[in-house]
Amino acid sequence: MNEQQAADAASVVIRPTSGWVPLRLGDLWRYRELIYFLAWRDLKVRYKQTVIGVAWVVLQPLLIALVFALFFGYLGNIPADSRNAPYVVFAFCGLLPWQLFAYALTHSSNSVVASERLVTKVYFPRLVIPIAAVASGFVDFVLVSIVLACMMVYFGIAPHRVWAVPLFVAMELAAALGVGLWLSALNVRYRDVRHTIPFLTQLWFFLSPVVYPSTFIPAEWRYLYGLNPMAGVIRGFRWALLGKSQALGPWIWVSAAMTIVLLISGLYYFRRMEKTFADVV
Amino acid sequence: MNDLAVCARGLSKLYRIGERESYTMLRDNVARVLTSPFRLFNGKAQPIASERAATVDAEFIWAVKDVSFDIKKGEVVGIIGNNGSGKSTLLKIISQITEPTEGEARIYGRVGSLLEVGTGFHPELTGRENVYLNGAILGMRKIEIDRKFDEIVDFAEIERFLDMPVKHYSSGMYTRLAFSVAAHLEPEILIVDEVLAVGDAAFQKKCLGKMDDVAKAGRTVLFVSHNMAAVEHLCRRVLLMRSGKIVLDGDARQAIGDYLSDFTAATEGGSLASIKREAGLHPVIEKLEFLDRCGRRMSAVAAGDTLTILIHYRHSEPIKRPFFGLLFETASGTKVFWVQSRMQRGEMPDLPAVGTIACRIPRLPLIPGTYFIQPGCGSGTTQLDLVPRACQIQVAEADVFGTGQLPTETQGMVLVDADWDVKDAERARRV
Repeated sequence: MNEQQAADAASVVIRPTSGWVPLRLGDLWRYRELIYFLAWRDLKVRYKQTVIGVAWVVLQPLLIALVFALFFGYLGNIPADSRNAPYVVFAFCGLLPWQLFAYALTHSSNSVVASERLVTKVYFPRLVIPIAAVASGFVDFVLVSIVLACMMVYFGIAPHRVWAVPLFVAMELAAALGVGLWLSALNVRYRDVRHTIPFLTQLWFFLSPVVYPSTFIPAEWRYLYGLNPMAGVIRGFRWALLGKSQALGPWIWVSAAMTIVLLISGLYYFRRMEKTFADVV
Repeated sequence: MNDLAVCARGLSKLYRIGERESYTMLRDNVARVLTSPFRLFNGKAQPIASERAATVDAEFIWAVKDVSFDIKKGEVVGIIGNNGSGKSTLLKIISQITEPTEGEARIYGRVGSLLEVGTGFHPELTGRENVYLNGAILGMRKIEIDRKFDEIVDFAEIERFLDMPVKHYSSGMYTRLAFSVAAHLEPEILIVDEVLAVGDAAFQKKCLGKMDDVAKAGRTVLFVSHNMAAVEHLCRRVLLMRSGKIVLDGDARQAIGDYLSDFTAATEGGSLASIKREAGLHPVIEKLEFLDRCGRRMSAVAAGDTLTILIHYRHSEPIKRPFFGLLFETASGTKVFWVQSRMQRGEMPDLPAVGTIACRIPRLPLIPGTYFIQPGCGSGTTQLDLVPRACQIQVAEADVFGTGQLPTETQGMVLVDADWDVKDAERARRV
């Protein structure tokens, strides 16, 4: 048997790699159950020893939306961009995607460092870790969207373009994962990342149209504004659920492109850094 | 058909001193770019790892260096060596946890590695939940865990506590459950690092039995342990590692013998002369040395084996009517036994001012563990010297009575041989 055949027969060939490495998504697929179990563990543990448990998931954004409605809507007089929804629904509709993104920002970025024991003792595709972190955030997202649905029923708002919702959910997940991948890989080497997260989250919050409509941004700046994937995601959510007639605006494509760039670059950067995790974390 | 399971060629791993690379502050990198912004682009490649190691020896260390071996399917191979000899790093490379700096390894078959018991166990989750979580982390499918769940719980003997968070478990229950999950992993190649040292004696025996089954089922096993008895029992072939290299690849017995003699280095140069003595005593005893049956120096001895202790002494004048004694204590300070020359052999002849005394204990009756020795000496009725906890000795597990049963610390402190005979055979026949 020659060298090449020997290498082919081997189920794994271990050798030093350098530079960019393939993603090996097939490996990831084989470990899909681990993603499920890790996300499930996150959820289980998060609400252990709390009195109202999972109710926190829906209570939190609800309270925040009320606070926003009071300060920005009532006192600040910020209009909801769709005339047919009260400000509180408008704010909630922005909070829903934002919270998943913020969750990914804080939790995925810390996920690899927090899983130090796993990383140094067991082999599995490391991509599993940040993906599981986003997945556990997604469960919250689903619960909270039920609340949004209830609110819309209560205020008698009919969603306009339900077909578009899955598209924006996908975009949202991609954006959250993309950012999570970058930050989690960076955080392993540069612990500075952890300290910048609170600030980054705040800044990003105000750069995204959560409390104000994206129409606040002057038209000539909107393409630049679209570089923030969350601007597109939130705009898209409101357009699909609350909007009556306004056009989405072509700048949404800038957001979509940014999301794809973020996700793919995040995946490759993570894979590139992965080999050092066990030694550095 | 290829009958290899693992094929390693020139595996090496370079670490920064301190075992792990320290994480960098972003600031450092920013500063580096600011101070020499063109270094990145001046076309000069970074030196490759091996060059770097050669030039900056102080900063880097080869945890594993140029390791090559082949392991055939169904072979059970032990890897032994001192702490820091590279065993664990080697296992980590083969388990794909860390990447080698150089070299290549080919694995033929599904690998299951068990470098730690209970990885990923979460204290807040129940035993049942942790079985699934841990199983998934070790690479088991959910259906697989479902199928083996009862077996796992049976093996761990924790049925009653299955739905209790593991944070309320005793450490014994915790490790039993953790090992049990791992023991039901069924890979073609099993990589195990020092995980047998868990639980009580009975459970350890059970674990060893399980390992035996795995080995007998024809699976390939790579097994790292400090438990020489287990290694000797399970493996016919042993790789002995020293400072990142394989120094011996061969027969288990020979490798273990070599390994035990490695311990010499640990006690070498342990001069007792500089230790402060109590008032009225003189620093007479300079050094203790341990010799095994064959006269080789070491700091570990197999239980039940012959141990010779050399006492090197130096006094200001010849010692008249001398006596020497050695007290063996456990790590917790319990006195186990005492040997003294006058008590056991009567008066010794007068001794010169400098010399060496040998004390030979034919069958060291100590259960495996760490013991401290307090040497003392005197002249006539005067105590000249006494050095509490002067040095320690490791007593290694061994098949003392040749029955394949290993005495362990839960069974007391001393080993006593006994004869067992059937006496009532007559009566039994009559009834």
